Amino acid sequence: MRVTFRILRYDPERDANPHFESYPLELDDRAVVLDGLVQIKDFADSALTFRRSCRQAICGSCAMRVNDREHLTCSTQLSEVVRDGTVVVEPLANLPVIKDLAVDMEQFWRKYRAIMPFLIPDRAKPAPEKEYRMANKEARHLQQFGGCIQCGACYSSCPIAATDEEYLGPAALAKAYRFAGDPRDSARRERLKIVSDERGIWRCHTVFNCTEVCPKGVEPTYAIQQLKKLTIRRRFGLPV
Amino acid sequence: MLRHDVVIVGAGLAGLRAAVTLGDLPGVDVAIISKLHPLRSHSGAAEGGINAALTPDDRWEDHMYDTVKGSDYVSDQDAVEVMCREAPAEVYWLEHAGTLFNRADDGTLAIRNFGGAGRPRTAFVADITGHALLHTLYEQTVARGVKVYEEWFVTELVVENEQVKGLVALDVMTGELHQVAAKAVIMATGGYGRVYHGRTTNAWSSTGDGMAAAYRAGVPLADMEFVQFHPTTLKSNGVLLTEGNRGEGGYLLNSLGERFMSKYTPTKMELGPRDMVSRAEIIEINEGRGVDGCVLLDIRHLGEAKIMERLPGTRELSMHFAGVDPVYEPIPVRPGQHYAMGGVRTDLNGVTVVKGLYAAGECACVSVHGANRLGANSLLDTLIFGRRSAEHAYEYVKNVPPPEASESYLQREEDRTRAMLGREGTESIAQIRNEMGLEMADNMGVFRTPEQMQHAVSAIRELKERVKDAPVQDKGRIFNTDLTGALEIENMLELAEVISVGALARTESRGAHSRLDFPDRDDVNWLKHTLAFRGEGGPRLEYGPVTITRFQPEERKY
Repeated sequence: MRVTFRILRYDPERDANPHFESYPLELDDRAVVLDGLVQIKDFADSALTFRRSCRQAICGSCAMRVNDREHLTCSTQLSEVVRDGTVVVEPLANLPVIKDLAVDMEQFWRKYRAIMPFLIPDRAKPAPEKEYRMANKEARHLQQFGGCIQCGACYSSCPIAATDEEYLGPAALAKAYRFAGDPRDSARRERLKIVSDERGIWRCHTVFNCTEVCPKGVEPTYAIQQLKKLTIRRRFGLPV
Repeated sequence: MLRHDVVIVGAGLAGLRAAVTLGDLPGVDVAIISKLHPLRSHSGAAEGGINAALTPDDRWEDHMYDTVKGSDYVSDQDAVEVMCREAPAEVYWLEHAGTLFNRADDGTLAIRNFGGAGRPRTAFVADITGHALLHTLYEQTVARGVKVYEEWFVTELVVENEQVKGLVALDVMTGELHQVAAKAVIMATGGYGRVYHGRTTNAWSSTGDGMAAAYRAGVPLADMEFVQFHPTTLKSNGVLLTEGNRGEGGYLLNSLGERFMSKYTPTKMELGPRDMVSRAEIIEINEGRGVDGCVLLDIRHLGEAKIMERLPGTRELSMHFAGVDPVYEPIPVRPGQHYAMGGVRTDLNGVTVVKGLYAAGECACVSVHGANRLGANSLLDTLIFGRRSAEHAYEYVKNVPPPEASESYLQREEDRTRAMLGREGTESIAQIRNEMGLEMADNMGVFRTPEQMQHAVSAIRELKERVKDAPVQDKGRIFNTDLTGALEIENMLELAEVISVGALARTESRGAHSRLDFPDRDDVNWLKHTLAFRGEGGPRLEYGPVTITRFQPEERKY
């Protein structure tokens, strides 16, 4: 397949502004977007900068914007995204660019840390000698949200994150639900308090972008609505 | 100069487990240095599960026996015993820390079958177990506020008088080199799969940096010739499909539609150990019963519901990378490099010959896997020995004064990287990397002849020369991945040489090391560990004894 990669390049040591550069490539019909980037780095310009590691859609390194939509470049077939023989690759939005396609994710991780992203069992009760019992159905339900790879695709696609740097964003909120919904967790009240303000769940406009672009089927929109439901039930004094 | 009591290099499962352990202990200043954000580590790509004797009918002694037999008897049985004894408590610890394991009907942990095991003993999270454990452990380091230097690339260890004093690392974001003083350093940098570039399940980042740094610092690498080839990898890009596919009942078929494993491991069928299944596949393919250079993995009979509950990743990967939906079609697979049984030689507390230097996980050789690792023992290995290394290091640093090391190490690394940036010539790092991968795949693969191995040794030495003329094109300081690529290729070529030289010297077939000229195991001469020390002009090989406690070597049949 003949395809032209148009890549948004930016070298902070040389460029005042980002600019597009084009690379005509010949790639296998089953090639993924990352194959094109690797070919450019290997044989055209080894300064081209991007993150990639597992190339099997699990490490979360290589999320980028491809033809105006977020994708993991390692698992996105070129044939799915190519338009008029061209693929436009840009860094994730809503995060500062370091160089070319690599963004500084500190803002994203700060929000990850803000939601207490760890299980808090009830310290007042002794832990069981073996495992906590849990229904497989419950475990499977939470696995959907635990399956988040923190790639940042949702954060880049979110129109709220675009305008409000303090919005917790879809990934962190989905992570919050993963723990708030865990029967082993004892901190649900505190978790709901963290997420239920104007920087949290109530700021979500239910646009569904995050759910549409998520490469792992996490559905942050669903998680955010569950957190809202739990918050309202608590407010009415109903069991949560 | 930055200072910490303990610095952990690498933030996969072994490194994070060490960090959590030290995070719970009072009065010790610990930091992680990793060339990736911890959640990008390759531990996250592990799929099938983690072994532990959890069920009432299972015993750690049985787990130990299966592991020792799987290793082709060249594992150290004291280490295997430690791992298998401590396994159940470790799995329950993970569950208490939040891992969302699949469950049985009574709410206890679900258990699946895995290769080379006498009974089902693999706990799992769908087929993303590594991902689930990596995230759990990272969460626990966040809970403990462990300092992480993200995207810092360790270029060299600081070792004086056979004692570690710290390390030098490149902050990739700024391009600045830093010397970090440490009383103890735990290497947890994972495997070297990219030595088999193009034919490995491993990530781009699995370049064996920690092994190479320890080797340069005078620590022997053990048993590097034992390279695991996983039987079910995709032809297109080498991605792994979990052994769980066969654990859940999947078949391996040849072009005649036969379940050919009946000829090779009749009592275990598709659940033979990986070395044997990979050999069987190559024989079938070489004898003309392959399908376009592959055999077929067939899970259709499991049905869509079970595939979606227990093997969703297999479906996703097959559809993305092979254009095959395994609910309706068998998947073409072939053996691919997967795991390093060899690595930095340690004892069962991660201790190396250099004082204060530890290693754990895939970068170490304790040795619990010997010549062939059993599936679902690697996650266990990282956790048990990550924790034990940290516990030992904690005691060690109590009695060590703050290290005083000269800053000449920093200067040396600055000179080295500057020289790389100034290098001239017409060679290309990418080209050399591709050639190295092909050379190792073709000549250091599942079956080995002396001619092939000799070819590999010569070719790798030639590449080591050529890389000196491969310039780093990116001259910038900020986020220079061209420079880190140059550091990685030097590490990989060093390891490729050790693998090849070690393999050529071992004149027997054992586990994953299978020679056509010496097809049998030779316990009289070769029931021993290879120890490769870095010498002038290449590795110098010595040999060390194998610890045998409970199980005497027997013929290995399944």
